[in-house]
Amino acid sequence: MTIRKILQQCFIGLFATLFVSATFGAIISKEDYGYPITDRFAATVVGTPDGFQAALPESIPFEGRSITIFPERVTPDVFFYGSKLLYSVALQDSKAPLIFLIAGTGASHNGSKNVNMAKAFYQAGFHVVSVSSPTYNNFVIAASKTGVVGHAERDAEDIYRVFEMIWAELKNEIDVSSFNLTGYSLGGFNAAYVSKLDDERKSFIFDRVLLINPPVSLYNSISLLDRMTQNIPGGINNFNEFVDKLINAYTNTYNEGFDAGGGDFLYKVYQSLNLKDEELAALIGISFRISSGSLVFTSDVMADYGYIKPKGMELNRYSVLDVYNEVSLRLGFTDYYHEFFYPYYRADYPNESRDEFISAISLRSIEDYLRKTKKITVMHNADDVILEPGEIDFFPEVFGDRATIYPYGGHCGNMNYRDNVARMVASFGKAGGQQ
Amino acid sequence: MKLILCNTAVVLLLLSLGACSSGPPPQQQAADFPEPVFAAKRILPPDHADLTAVYDPWTGLNKRIYNFNYHFNKAIFLPVVRGYEAVVPSAGRTGVKNFFNNFEDLLTMLNSALQLKPNKVASSGSRVIVNSTVGVFGLFDVATAMNISRPMEDFGQTLGHWGVGQGPYLVLPLIGPSNLRDALGKLPDTYVQITVQDKVLSQPVSLSAMLLYPIDSRANTAFRYYQNGSAFEYQMVRWLYSTKRELDVKQ
Repeated sequence: MTIRKILQQCFIGLFATLFVSATFGAIISKEDYGYPITDRFAATVVGTPDGFQAALPESIPFEGRSITIFPERVTPDVFFYGSKLLYSVALQDSKAPLIFLIAGTGASHNGSKNVNMAKAFYQAGFHVVSVSSPTYNNFVIAASKTGVVGHAERDAEDIYRVFEMIWAELKNEIDVSSFNLTGYSLGGFNAAYVSKLDDERKSFIFDRVLLINPPVSLYNSISLLDRMTQNIPGGINNFNEFVDKLINAYTNTYNEGFDAGGGDFLYKVYQSLNLKDEELAALIGISFRISSGSLVFTSDVMADYGYIKPKGMELNRYSVLDVYNEVSLRLGFTDYYHEFFYPYYRADYPNESRDEFISAISLRSIEDYLRKTKKITVMHNADDVILEPGEIDFFPEVFGDRATIYPYGGHCGNMNYRDNVARMVASFGKAGGQQ
Repeated sequence: MKLILCNTAVVLLLLSLGACSSGPPPQQQAADFPEPVFAAKRILPPDHADLTAVYDPWTGLNKRIYNFNYHFNKAIFLPVVRGYEAVVPSAGRTGVKNFFNNFEDLLTMLNSALQLKPNKVASSGSRVIVNSTVGVFGLFDVATAMNISRPMEDFGQTLGHWGVGQGPYLVLPLIGPSNLRDALGKLPDTYVQITVQDKVLSQPVSLSAMLLYPIDSRANTAFRYYQNGSAFEYQMVRWLYSTKRELDVKQ
């Protein structure tokens, strides 16, 4: 019997007795919430067990497309495969509201979280346009103006440009009644800034915007994630041993091939092992390190900054990248902020100190906007692992009854839970009511 | 006829490899450029072991084949798979998949026997018997419905079981990640599969099976070259493949 099944059986009875709150904007109490995993790290790794997931269509017409964002850009040969930005759409036949989805850190337009969101919104009658995170390799290569990502306003401009160009292609194809926006994790953070930008530029005039599990301060969140790799017994140099140990223990139940994809792999490891919190944290840290390592290298090549690759040196599709992979796995994302990101942008912001510069990359810096902009709602978890203690209070304080705070779920672990999906869709008001 | 097909395939492959092999562009050397902020010699301890280490002395060749596979997938393989998916309805594709799985079960049975693993011989053997009869030549997977487990053993694993290491990492044209041991292991497996196919199927069916087999496998493999979001996809695939095969052998 798998852990998943055991969990399911333990909690199905419990769930049946719970009253599921349907009111808007609230701090949901533990008694009123049936998501089954109460450990914040386990929830983050495992997600939502089968019996608790929302009923979503098996498949929807989710179609991959590509678009050239910077026609003049000469893509470095080592990234020859990434010159066009890939995205996905799921389009309705008749007039319908449109929703843009922004993926989380290192995640793609067709990653499992975006696909599930797309299913929920498509089912509810939306046209769906799904884009990768600005931290995703392909986005950095094809759609980031500077290649150096993680700057709240500049990332928002990159995303906005992408939305505008996609819309220019779509507008002859579909009939749209309103524009809406959502994103999870870093994508939720991005969505707040994109909404602000849209209020200035007015290309879309978003009707509703939903932020799901966004960080408050980006720097705080990545520091937390960086520190999680310290939970690897013996430190990062024992990365391989640690992963081997996990995998070895997991061979007993391992049967079907595993995916490099991250989520499913972690889930399967968890299923077969009774991991301690530190080990789960280490897994989350490793997963983050693998994507941040790739991102940092991609940015380094695109900006030719000389961070881990010598400046001026050209790599091509046949170059051996092993050494950059090894170096990138040993550097934190905070190193990137101090030694690459800040020096790179310093000239543009001469009056800001390093600390001011980094602390500006926070929802606090647009707090006034968030406070008064009623179309923005938030769904978050009190036990999210990417928030510093107390940071969760920012949301009820600033958004008031536009914030819904769940007691459990870790970081995005409850996104597929049926209550969460229902609320996610309902956040879009009437538009979300067209079942 | 079959020989002609094979030969044509080989010639086509060599031609296409040749077409994109105008010689690799020269590689620039890190030593000729100013040191980056985090130079390898500063970050990697002198006696460090690579975190995602795999023995890959033929990297140059492997990366070229990896690239070739990307282009082949993009230009030919995936369009063919999409055509197959458009033409053959889902129930039909499931039948095709079951049909080939039945042959794989047969190979698993033989390889389990070579590894002296009676339980696996029993379950894969039962699967073949049930699916070939009740399941109509393997078109229906009755065995899974009967909860008969489906172990997987191939000749690469058999070699591994008797102590043969993976050897150098090897990217196979058209097929993808492998290693010297597993690549050699494919030969007897393929030989057995083709021989059995010839014995039990009429020639046109056997020939169609040969054409369908790679299409069916590709249709059932989610992997897409250079769409995994990692700048280090080659390394990650190499590491995951090797780790997976290590586990396969240990089972």
